[in-house]
Amino acid sequence: MSVSIPIGPQHPALKEPTRLMLTLDGEKIVDIDMRLGYNHRGIEKGAELGSYIQNIYLTERICGICNVAHTTTYCQGVEELLGLEVPKRGLFIRTLLCELNRIHSHLLWLGVAGHEVGFDTLFMYSWRDREIVMDLIELISGNRVNIAINAIGGVRRDISDDMRPQILQSISQLEARAQYYLEVASTEVTFLRRTQGVGKLPKEKAIELCAVGPFARASGVEYDVRKDDPFAAYPYLDFKVITSDRCDVLGTAIVRVLEIMESCKMCRQIIEELPPGEIKAKAPRKVPPGEVVSKNEAPRGELIHYIRSNGTDRPERLKVRTPTLADIPSVLYSLRGGYIADVPIVFAAIDPCMACMDRVILLDSDSGKTKRMMTWEELREYGIGWYANKKG
Amino acid sequence: MARIGSMFPEMWRHLFKKRATVLYPFERLNVPKNFRGKPIWDADKCSLKCKGGCAIDCPAKAIVMEKIDEKASRPIFLLDRCTFCGQCAESCPFGAITLSEEFELAQYDRKSLASKQW
Repeated sequence: MSVSIPIGPQHPALKEPTRLMLTLDGEKIVDIDMRLGYNHRGIEKGAELGSYIQNIYLTERICGICNVAHTTTYCQGVEELLGLEVPKRGLFIRTLLCELNRIHSHLLWLGVAGHEVGFDTLFMYSWRDREIVMDLIELISGNRVNIAINAIGGVRRDISDDMRPQILQSISQLEARAQYYLEVASTEVTFLRRTQGVGKLPKEKAIELCAVGPFARASGVEYDVRKDDPFAAYPYLDFKVITSDRCDVLGTAIVRVLEIMESCKMCRQIIEELPPGEIKAKAPRKVPPGEVVSKNEAPRGELIHYIRSNGTDRPERLKVRTPTLADIPSVLYSLRGGYIADVPIVFAAIDPCMACMDRVILLDSDSGKTKRMMTWEELREYGIGWYANKKG
Repeated sequence: MARIGSMFPEMWRHLFKKRATVLYPFERLNVPKNFRGKPIWDADKCSLKCKGGCAIDCPAKAIVMEKIDEKASRPIFLLDRCTFCGQCAESCPFGAITLSEEFELAQYDRKSLASKQW
């Protein structure tokens, strides 16, 4: 006999609201269904109301953890629409911040994974080491989280010569710590017992279900936007794509830790080969009509921004596809057949960010058809009416 | 080779390390050089007669232009809305706005966060 258990929208095991409907046979998951849309923030609509400059700061706030990835993708898209050439130094600094962002995101994930399997020591120490890279980001950009480094046409902050020794020293420190965590993750029984052979995703399935990022690379799919569709300063850099053929949660942990080490190498190379010159090109305010798809390898995977311009200083449409959304089908596959106790760690393996991903679509429940889009005035009226009815 | 308690030596080492946090507000850390804090407006540099590029570009609509007379206007910074991105400093063609190192801006009243700097 099978039992259905809902997890969420609000649940202690979930960091952000989403709803999983598990069908269980004993403790085994037979089927799983998911419902999204609890965290809709209206950012895509908001982007249509702001100018291109204002939207840099809006896209930055899509995700606090991968903020540089979002602004880089957005700025790249607008630069392509403008036909603007970014100075090489600007590209290098942008790439450096992207990589530091990746290091911080992966260290954060490692801590969360440790926490999910009940290995809180790993959580505390990896987050303590994350402070090294946070300090580095703060040194370069001035702030810790929403660092606002990107501008249309380049970057806003330069790297001075007296910063170099400190950056290089912190990077070597991080590299040593990543080496240590690799050792811990691959030898510690507490971690291995909860992650080895859990959340299996074979390579064929990962390709079929379009998994992206470290989750796909842990299943042996060698796909990385940095290598396959190089952008910013990645064509000048020498790095390799980390993959693992373990196809389980431990594989994603190992891929992420090895990626930290690869990122450290790239950071060092950027600092050593930093070209002189300008950091920013002057960008016009109005963007000629056109459309562009801009891609980036965010810490969580492939991130896509689609921008359509209509010749004014505001975009007509901004569509964001975050890596979490691309990973949802494959994580649901890898949850099937597992145990209910493994749901938090398997789900955490994709580093889910619900707030980045959730969209809203209006459906007519009788006919099952999509409803007409509302205009801004209609939406406002609807909102005011909804609250008035609620109160009364 | 799997083993248990692989992080014990690390924990032992950290027992004798200096504490990582400081006892704020008795001890303070210096803010970094590029830090973006409370925006400071320089009346001498501001042309007063421009359209207010700072207010147009502000993503949080945190700058309101107050009219002095027919032609001139000056900015009020609504710090309750400000996200401290620093776009106003970049948009100003005269360099009249700089972001200071001041970050302790808490107030009991939202209205007192509107910063009129004249």
